[in-house]
Amino acid sequence: METLEQIKARIEKSVPLTKLDILPNECPLGERSLLVEAGRAFDVAKFLRDDAQLRLDYCSNVTGVDWPETVIKTKVKKKVVVEGVEKEVEETIETLRSGHLEVVYHLYSMALKHGPIVLRLRTENRADKTHLPSLTPLWRGAEFQEREIFDLYGVIFDGHPDLRRILMWDEFVGFPMRKDYVAPDDFEYEPTPHDEVLVEAKKHYPVEVDAVAATTANNLNKESMNP
Amino acid sequence: MNTPSQQFEVKPKLDESGSPIGELLEISMGPHHPSTHGVFRMDVVLDGETVVKLKPVFGYLHRNHEKIGENISYLASMPYTDRLDYLCSMTNNWAYALTVEKLAGLAVPERAEYIRVIMAELTRLQNHTCLIGFFVQDMGALGTPMMYAFREREKILDLFESVSGARMMCNYMRFGGVRVDVSDEWLAETKKVVGDYGKFLDEFETFLTENEILLARTQFVGVMPKELAISASITGPMLRAAGVNYDLRKVDKYGIYSRFDFKVPVGEHGDIYDRYMVRVLEMRESIKILTRALADIPAGPVMDPKAKLRGFRPKAGEVYGRVEGPKGELGFYLISDGSPNPYRYRVRPPSFINLTILEDMCLGHKISDAVVILGSVDIVLGEVDR
Amino acid sequence: MIEAGLKNELQKQGVYVTSLQELYNWGRANSVWPLTFGLACCAIEMMAASMARFDLARFGAEVFRPSPRQADLMIVAGTVTKKMAPLVVRLYNQMPEPKYVIAMGACAISGGPFKQGYNVLKGVDRYIPVDVAIPGCPPRPEALLHAIMTLQEKILNQKLTGPDRPRHLKAEVEGAYPVPVYGRHDLEPPNNPALWQPPAIKR
Repeated sequence: METLEQIKARIEKSVPLTKLDILPNECPLGERSLLVEAGRAFDVAKFLRDDAQLRLDYCSNVTGVDWPETVIKTKVKKKVVVEGVEKEVEETIETLRSGHLEVVYHLYSMALKHGPIVLRLRTENRADKTHLPSLTPLWRGAEFQEREIFDLYGVIFDGHPDLRRILMWDEFVGFPMRKDYVAPDDFEYEPTPHDEVLVEAKKHYPVEVDAVAATTANNLNKESMNP
Repeated sequence: MNTPSQQFEVKPKLDESGSPIGELLEISMGPHHPSTHGVFRMDVVLDGETVVKLKPVFGYLHRNHEKIGENISYLASMPYTDRLDYLCSMTNNWAYALTVEKLAGLAVPERAEYIRVIMAELTRLQNHTCLIGFFVQDMGALGTPMMYAFREREKILDLFESVSGARMMCNYMRFGGVRVDVSDEWLAETKKVVGDYGKFLDEFETFLTENEILLARTQFVGVMPKELAISASITGPMLRAAGVNYDLRKVDKYGIYSRFDFKVPVGEHGDIYDRYMVRVLEMRESIKILTRALADIPAGPVMDPKAKLRGFRPKAGEVYGRVEGPKGELGFYLISDGSPNPYRYRVRPPSFINLTILEDMCLGHKISDAVVILGSVDIVLGEVDR
Repeated sequence: MIEAGLKNELQKQGVYVTSLQELYNWGRANSVWPLTFGLACCAIEMMAASMARFDLARFGAEVFRPSPRQADLMIVAGTVTKKMAPLVVRLYNQMPEPKYVIAMGACAISGGPFKQGYNVLKGVDRYIPVDVAIPGCPPRPEALLHAIMTLQEKILNQKLTGPDRPRHLKAEVEGAYPVPVYGRHDLEPPNNPALWQPPAIKR
């Protein structure tokens, strides 16, 4: 198979007005991915599917990734002259990464038995502009997976034939796979090594915890006094 | 026996506008239904007894595998993968271990690779055997084929239990190898079980392969065209029954599969009978692989000495790893941000995606055929809903 | 009531004496018909229990009924999700009295390994009464056999009259349990307060 750079060049030649980015992957055995603008994604995907050299006829995996707004801290070494002496000082630069939702497609070719090409699409933000073009018209295998991403991440796929909740019930509000989703607190107190459960339980039964603990302590005292 | 031409005659009567004539009956099959293989639901619209619309409904076993996987460490997800496709915990383990090994760049010792192949092929044997039992039961053969299938399954489960301590939830593989070594007695016992399996298959096939009822119920029923199968990302025996030669053991050659000589059975018509036959032939190939692997297995360590289980923190990056599970391509997609937990933990569930064209396969068939078609897809709800 | 010694003595002579209660319970205990109701992993072990090696038929409980109308015993075999919970309660309501519930496996008891999940019910006893709970993930078929035997013991010791009589013999008690509805984040109500309340905390 060609390198990702060659593929990128060919796409940019064949599909007009396309801007592609190759995203690096720090893992040496992992694949780098192609970041496609949402507006041109359908045409790019169609090219990848129909191109004679690539023939990526098999869309294996479609998945969503949530990237909330975060502050990325990077440490930079800087040379500063302090009192006439040159010193190396570490400085932390904070950059704000805007939040977005990402949809990742892993494309393979069953005809030529190669792959994968990793395609990434990004929404503008996580709140109101979460529209992306659906690739289900090109690969039917994406149908349920895109529905799942809609259900759990809240990405709205334009052009999807049947975009409904798939795993959660229809009355459900919110997108549970997002990083900031808060699950309902329905834990009871129980002696368990999982600290998080205890914290959840405390949040849920703050009054009862203290009241019951106080009464049990009193009862224990009484019992010990009257054998 | 149905011929193709007869089969395509069965279509709902339509008026000029294309909508079916007469009153339609809408049935919600499931989630509690004896033949839906778990808590799966189909909303079926019937014209008489003919299916005119079928919508699968999921989520009744959605137990948040992916969300939990993002909140616990890499190793802690290993027992959860057992519970994905609970008939084939060994292949699930392997798929996950393979992906993490790719992420962290770990090597697997020779002996562990052999053990993995043995475990995966044993899993394939018991999965396909059970599946045939289930789906023949869907056709009305209550009890007997299942009894035979489970009798053989128990023998393989005994092997799993003696090496991993659990019958179903083996939790056996680790990043960079397997948890415990197998003993020589275990290998001898496995050789015996594998040696006898061919005889059992012969017996099973005598009852089923040329059985008149099975032929009538399965030939040219639920036909899946090749092009549709590829477009709908169907994998595993379903895809190969449709005539596409795509087996990840041959394509990716993961593990040490390149060392084994085996054929990939491919169907011709893409109907239920082909799916049944592909599975039977695949089991015979598995027996070949197993015999070879059991003879060749070398001595040596079973864990990569560089792999550390406690405080496992792979470097940042992302990988997609996949294996040929008994049900199709089982993939894991992991994004690491350098912390002890994966940032994104995604399972590519083969049986979920194989259900994409359930409606296409069932349209025009009788409701009782829809049950058999669903049975031939081979779904496990733990994996469909995760 | 006939005393035990006399009863034994008579039995040696070939005369069997029993009370209606004993006879009734004996009949019920040895023909418990479970509902074909598999939710998740445990269902496979439940099936294995009914197959040749473990042979649930020895306890008269192999007749798995597809319809709740014909079943006495619901084996909740697997994780009950919030999406599934209303249907579990509805199925339970559809079963005729007297009926029993076995919570099989960690998930049915408390949510098990999936307890942290947003869609997982933390124990089926929040909505329906559980008679026998089997720990394990999944419990072995032998454990299910043990549970059936425990249930048989429970049935044999049930009284038909008096204040200890089971719930279904009390005319004043409502038969069906309320079915929860799907809410915006959780089921409403999140538990049946008549059956289950958060446990008292001792620290």
